[in-house]
Amino acid sequence: MPVCNIIQAVNDALRIEMRRDPRVVVLGEDVGKFGGVFRATNGLFDEFGPDRVFDTPLAEAGIIGAAIGMALYGLRPVPEIQFADFIYPAFDQIVNELAKFRYRSGGQYTAPVVIRTPYGGGIRGGHYHSQSPEAYFVHTPGLKVVVPSNPYDAKGLLLSAMRGEDPVIFMEPKRVYRAARGEVPEGDYTVPLGSAKVVRQGAQVTVLCYGAMVHTVLEAADRVAGEGFDPEIVDLRTLLPLDTEAVLASVKKTGRAVIVHEAPKTCGYGAELSALIAEKALLHLEAPIARVTGFDTPFPYSLENEYLPSPERVAKAIRDTATF
Amino acid sequence: MLASARPQPDDSVFSLLDDDGRVVPGGRAPALSDADALRLFRGLLQVRLVDERMMRLQRQGRLGFYMLSMGEEATHFAVHALRPTDWVFPSYREPGAAFHRGYSLKDFVNQLFGNAEDPAKGRQMPVHHSARWLNLVSISSPVGTQIPQAVGMAWAARISKRDDVAVTYFGEGTSSTGEFHVGMNFAGVYKAPVIFICRNNGWAISTGKERQTASQGFAVKAQAYGFPGVRVDGNDLLAILAVMEDAVARARAGEGPTLIEAVTYRRGGHSSSDDPNVYRDPNEPKEWERRDPIERWKKYLVGRGLYSEAVEQQYRKEIGEEIAAALAHAEQVGPPAVETLFHDVFAEIPPHLEEQKEYLLSLPRPTNPHGGH
Repeated sequence: MPVCNIIQAVNDALRIEMRRDPRVVVLGEDVGKFGGVFRATNGLFDEFGPDRVFDTPLAEAGIIGAAIGMALYGLRPVPEIQFADFIYPAFDQIVNELAKFRYRSGGQYTAPVVIRTPYGGGIRGGHYHSQSPEAYFVHTPGLKVVVPSNPYDAKGLLLSAMRGEDPVIFMEPKRVYRAARGEVPEGDYTVPLGSAKVVRQGAQVTVLCYGAMVHTVLEAADRVAGEGFDPEIVDLRTLLPLDTEAVLASVKKTGRAVIVHEAPKTCGYGAELSALIAEKALLHLEAPIARVTGFDTPFPYSLENEYLPSPERVAKAIRDTATF
Repeated sequence: MLASARPQPDDSVFSLLDDDGRVVPGGRAPALSDADALRLFRGLLQVRLVDERMMRLQRQGRLGFYMLSMGEEATHFAVHALRPTDWVFPSYREPGAAFHRGYSLKDFVNQLFGNAEDPAKGRQMPVHHSARWLNLVSISSPVGTQIPQAVGMAWAARISKRDDVAVTYFGEGTSSTGEFHVGMNFAGVYKAPVIFICRNNGWAISTGKERQTASQGFAVKAQAYGFPGVRVDGNDLLAILAVMEDAVARARAGEGPTLIEAVTYRRGGHSSSDDPNVYRDPNEPKEWERRDPIERWKKYLVGRGLYSEAVEQQYRKEIGEEIAAALAHAEQVGPPAVETLFHDVFAEIPPHLEEQKEYLLSLPRPTNPHGGH
């Protein structure tokens, strides 16, 4: 099986789906001849031409608004928002329009648009090239939110997303775009949405994470394993719908939970996970739930490694929780 | 370029019918069969009569909310220039466009009541219709959101090598939104077969048109996006049909979008919750009464020898009976079933919503499931 990185996996998924389904079109800023600023759409313009791959004017609300109209017509648009930090000009189109078409029309209209967007810090991008806005979208009824951590999942989840009937926010962990490498089968396969994956079996404490943070958590786990700790790591992969069963099964097994994400703490996705565990597994808990997250500050430039959950911070949370 | 799409100086407004319904000398009137001319008259009357009835109902407390179109009815019938396979993205003040495409009074009234037979399942406030079987796209309250969507739809038709066109309606206040400019720009760049109909009715709730733009009217904005803009008398249905025919022909021929500014006047309030006497001179709407689009169309029919008092009375009677029947029916249909609250959020109900549904169903029902009236 060939080894590739996340960008190549995303590119592969797009190419497979565009070959399979003539309704699939790609649009966004610089996604055409240039192939996207991260090269995720590289080569698509050459293969599929100017009627399938569009460089749009520089306006996110237009990209998503137009994608909605295309989807209403029966196409399968896969718009790219160049950085998740730039998604807010399209916020109304996403939360009030895209997410609501099926509901507000009584099921008459659907807009199966898959919005790809690189997210997250660790690339010295400062406030406007580092954010993790997943909580806004998880909070919005009508959207599915997917965050892969590795090339295999990125390809399989993106293919699932593009074949689904619902709008999806597909957040790609740009810090590990190239660093996360792995074996990816050639050709077609899918990873279903709503299914988490235990990436490290353990008995002592459950660590819930997704996207780029999975790699930080794995590094932390290696450290604490040497000290005799035995964490179980769950890569959530899909934030909505959440694989509640997998989360609760692991927490009930270990009795302890650490939640890691790089978005700010207050009302971050970890708050929802904490509430879920408190509601459904309280009597299994042997320690308080711990959250290791970004701080409730804007995303900083110079101090980004202080802001981002580090392997050290995660390791400390695992130790503290395991020994509570 | 066709006559009506020619760039116009300053504040001139394209018009074909004078206030007495006569075609102005040299005016190039579009071909319109007798049957269509009468059908349009019936449609105009229906909007007026429905509005009057629904406003009364709202005042009686039998309907939660309503938005009327008094004085602007002619703009709704721009869709006459379309094929059934074309697409319409309305805003909340063009019920005539829906009626003209075949939306029944029964569906219309069921939607106002949000009952179990509302085609959109009681999901939105009154006047937010959706009729996919008529290529009439679901209406949103935030203004302008439909503009880039209509552009995307038209663009998709072009990509798909079909000659469908999309039309979107909005008020002059909406021309201040980002979505208006973004949509116009995308349409110009990709030559999307879309027609933008700006109903310049002078008022955005209480804010006059002079607070929406410093430019001379709204049609001129098209120039910056590289396609024609045309100002048409929005109370002159014949002129509206003429500019629409030109715009639709342009779009179908791959020549790109057109912005049509229909200059009209909102004689009523913004909605049933509004009181325009607070912010504007009550004489102002009266001045527009003499320019009433329905009266003008009636005079046009007289000129063509198509009008008779008997025909009008027949229409009024039929429409009145249809409204009464639709109301009688709608008021006895109950609200949608409780579990439908959870339907259509996604294609399939995910586990967390299934759980919330079971929880809600386990509770006693509120005595009045409706929040409002």
